[in-house]
Parts: sequence; structure tokens; C-alpha cells
Amino acid sequence: MTEIDPAAETQAVVANPAAALRPKRNAFFPRLFRSKAATISAIIFLVVVIAALTAPWLSPADPSAIKIIQRLKPPGYANSAGTTFWLGTDALGRDVLSRVIFGARVSLTVGLSAVLISGTIGLLVGLLSGYFGGLIDDLFMRICDIQLSFPTILLALTIMAVLGSGLDKLILVLGLTGWVQYGRIVRSQVLSLKNDEFVLAARATGERQWRIIFQHILPNIWSPVIVIASFTVASNIVAEASLSFLGVGVPPSIPSWGTMLADGRQYIGVADWLTVPAGLAISLTVLSINILGDWLRDYLDPRLKNLL
Amino acid sequence: MRYIVRRLLQSLFVVFGVSIVAFGMLFMTGDPTEVILGDATDRMSVAQIEEFRVKMGFDRPWYVQYASFVGNALQGDFGYSFIRHQPAYEVITDKLPATIKLASFAFVLSLLVSIPLGVLSAIKPHKPLDNIATVLALVGQSIPSFWLGILLIMFFGVYLKWLPISGSGTWQHIIMPGITLAAFPIARNMRLTRSSMLDFMQRDFVRTARAKGISENRVIYAHVLRNSLLPIVTSIGLELGFLLGGSVITETIFGWPGVGREIVAAIGSKDFYVVQAGVIMLALIFAGVNLLIDLTYSLIDPRIRYGS
Repeated sequence: MTEIDPAAETQAVVANPAAALRPKRNAFFPRLFRSKAATISAIIFLVVVIAALTAPWLSPADPSAIKIIQRLKPPGYANSAGTTFWLGTDALGRDVLSRVIFGARVSLTVGLSAVLISGTIGLLVGLLSGYFGGLIDDLFMRICDIQLSFPTILLALTIMAVLGSGLDKLILVLGLTGWVQYGRIVRSQVLSLKNDEFVLAARATGERQWRIIFQHILPNIWSPVIVIASFTVASNIVAEASLSFLGVGVPPSIPSWGTMLADGRQYIGVADWLTVPAGLAISLTVLSINILGDWLRDYLDPRLKNLL
Repeated sequence: MRYIVRRLLQSLFVVFGVSIVAFGMLFMTGDPTEVILGDATDRMSVAQIEEFRVKMGFDRPWYVQYASFVGNALQGDFGYSFIRHQPAYEVITDKLPATIKLASFAFVLSLLVSIPLGVLSAIKPHKPLDNIATVLALVGQSIPSFWLGILLIMFFGVYLKWLPISGSGTWQHIIMPGITLAAFPIARNMRLTRSSMLDFMQRDFVRTARAKGISENRVIYAHVLRNSLLPIVTSIGLELGFLLGGSVITETIFGWPGVGREIVAAIGSKDFYVVQAGVIMLALIFAGVNLLIDLTYSLIDPRIRYGS
């Protein structure tokens, strides 16, 4: 066991009070592996990430290659050329397994990119609105009211209906409609922090406003932002699949889990292999991200349990 | 009284925001003529398109158009559906009862299942029933509604043939869409009830009640549960938004003849006045019910009325 030097520790605490409150970083993996559910979720999520990154090499066939002659073949079907279709083929003779693997790309791309957009906007708006208050804050709260009165999926559906389907548009729409919850949490955190001694001290020493906001307050509110981000990756994946399922998400030419379910819906009871793999893929991915989000929340700050 | 006035003003602002979003919908691509006519512009001469633009009033400045849009909407005129050959307002109001029926069924179902399960889980935490319920809640929150809908259709509709898979004629028709729509609120309310119950069971007034010798059942139901229900009542308003938004997907899967399915169908046929009317109506219902809930809540809980 290493010996702890009390003087050095006190110094570290004084130098960076936020760091002293944070759990030690090296405890991350040991803590993760102690939770069985979180470990399994991490493995599932890793598999999805690897599938998305290596899709062109991993998938046995071209996911968009149409071959009507081999349409609706059951799992395990091998064609005359010796290619085996482990999860069968769809109504246009495309390989279901390859489409599921490529679908991971769309899901993760949309999930993560939209979170980057909404997180950045929400963080900035929340910081400014919480710190400065006044007119900015009033305006922000009213925009929140309006957006909360629109079910997000309905808002996204409406915009996508006018703009037309497309991966880039979908990311933008989900990003621009999802920032409110970050804004609200960040704002409430800033409100509770801005009269803390370390902020008042910084202000008293004449530090510039933006330095106080970004160097003193921001480092202290990362935890809830990261936790919301993990949950929104999951909800974005569901939103992407929902919109694609309704025909306004990604264009039909791009393999996505949502469009696979929409296509396979007509063949329930006839060719269940069209829907089951895609449905399981979405559910497992979303479930694993949600479990990881839960774990992350308890790891970063157990007090957040009452907030998120 | 001040609270009620403030809350009413807030609702007015929300209605204003909803009207801006719905109005802006047609202008998102820059030219509303293009949105309304769609592909038909290919078959029309420039003069014909121009004539249509003038006839619809799209040549006027945007604020004049907005004023006439609001003026017409206040009289229930949301434009004419050339596909349905009916005013857009009527297309939507015809479908409203079905949507309200489905949302109410799902709402009641979610409360009937989630609250007893949450209570049972909290009474004996970390026992088998609690563990099963927790896993079910996690799955319920992660499984996308369209996948759950497809699974129900697969098992109870196609294989077991117990329930009809589409339509709305008999009482059996509402069961599967109701469960699909209620799954997420059940999971969320169950977790909310459980954590809220566990929180209140630690409080001093519960210890006092026990010390007085009141029976355990009375302690749980009359003291703990009554207080634990407050956060659930608060979230009911937002839940309704989820039910109305979620109805878009659920109604589409099960062919339920409501506003949600109508909006999706209208998007498919580029019938934008119907989309506009549908979105406005759903958002207004949502805002109206939220207002009612908040006002009722302020009557029950004096702390809100006095703004503390």
C-alpha cells in the first residue's frame, strides 16, 4: 500500500477543490467491473461500436445489393455461389446480417452527433442564462415552455416532413430539438453554484466574467451533462429509428434499423427474420446505454439520482 | 391570484410559440408554394405557379401572412385538404376522439399497473419481486414502442390469434395499442413511485406514525403513499405530452384511426395543411391540459399558490 502524505493531500485539495471531491480516475474500470449489469452493457455497447467502425470488413455481403431471385430466404440460406446468409434475406434479396451491421453506423452516428449539437447549445444557453439571469434567462425559460409543449417526436416529425429525409437533416433536427433538457439542468446547477465562495472569490479578485463561467463554474457541472448526454444518445437512437420507421428519417437507400423494421412489418408471421434482428439490435443497444448511463450517474455523483 | 395570472400569460406565450412553429413549417424550405404544390410544380407553367402563389396570398409580406394565418386559425380555418376534399380542421377533429380514447386508456392502464408495482417493490426492496419489477422497468424504458408493437402483433395477433392486429371496431382492438403506448409511462412511474416511497419511508413523520402504533398497512398507504404520489401527479402533465406524441407511432403500427396516423398519412401525401392543423391541435390540447393540472395543483398545494 502506498503511504499518503497528509501535507501533500491538503495542498492538492487547496489547489483544486473540485478535484478533491471527484472520485479517483483509476477507480473507473475496477468500479465498472464490480457491477455485472454495467459490465455486460459495456461489452454490448463495445460490440455495437466495433460493428459500426468495421462494418465494411465485418459484413459478409453488400448491404444494398438487390437480388430479387434470392428474396425472403430464411436464415442459414446458402446461394449457388456458396454465400451463406446467416440471418436470411429481405424482400429485395439483400443480406439481413449485413444490413444490421451497417445499421449500427447510422444509429451511432445520429445518436452521438445529435448529442454533440444539443449538448453544446444546451450547455452554453444554460451557463449564460443561469449566470447572467435577467432578460436572457426569461427568454430561455419561455423557449423551454414552448418546446416542452411540443412532444419532441412530433416536432422532429413535422420538420423532417417539410425538409425531406436525410442523415444530415436528421442529426440537425434531433440536435436542435434536444438541447432544452441540458439547458435546464445546467441552468439550475449554475444557479446553485454562482453564489458559492469560490465563485465569489474569483469575482472579488476581478477575474473576467467569461473566465469565471468557463474556468470556475463549467468544470463543476460536467457530471450531470455527461449523464444526460449518455441518456440522450439512447433516446436519439430511438428517435432516429422511430422517424425512419415512419419514413421521414434516413433515406431508404441507407440501411437503418428503423427502416428495416418498417419494411419487415408487412411480413410478420411470414418472414420474422426481417424484424427480429433489427428490433433486438435497437433494444439491446438502447438498454445497454441506459444501464451504463445509470451506472455513470452513480459513479460520477450519487446525489444526481434525485435530479436525473 | 398572481400565480394564476402568471400561469395564464405563460400559456398564452406557449400558444403564440406553437403558432409560430406551425406557421414557420411552410416557410422552412424558403417557398411555401413549393411545399404545398410539391412535385406538381414540374407539370405547371411559371405563370400558373405565380397565379397559385398570388391566390394563396404567399406573395404578401410574412407578417401579413402570419396575421391572416392566426386570424383564420382562430375561426377554425386551417386551410383546405385537396386530398381529403375537406377542411383540414375537420379532418383532424374527426380523428380526435379516437386519439383521446387511446391516450386515456393508456394513461389509466399506466397508473393502475405502475403505482401498485412501485409500492410492492418499495415495501420489500431488493427482494425477488422488486428485482423482477426493476428489470421490467428498465426494459420497458429501453424498448422502442414500434418494436414492442411489432412483438405484440407477432405473438398475440399472428401466432396466438387472440387479438386483432389492426383497426378499432371492438374492445379487443384497444388492448395492444394501449399496452404499447403505456409501456414507457408504466416503467417510469413505477421507478418514480418506488424511489419516492423509499425516500419517504425514512422520514421522521413515518417513524412517528409507527411509534404511535398505527398498523403497518396504514403507515404505508395513508402516510407514505399519499406523500409519494406528489411527484407522480407533477409528472402527469408531461406524460400526457408523451402519450399524444407517442400516439403518432402507435396509431401507425396498429392502424388506429386517430390524429397521429392522420398526420403521418398527410406527411406521406404532402397534405401540409392537415399536418399543420394536427400539430397545432395536439400541442394546444397538451398546453391546455397542463394549464388545468397546474391550476388544480395550485389549489391543492398552497405552497405553489404563494410562490414559495
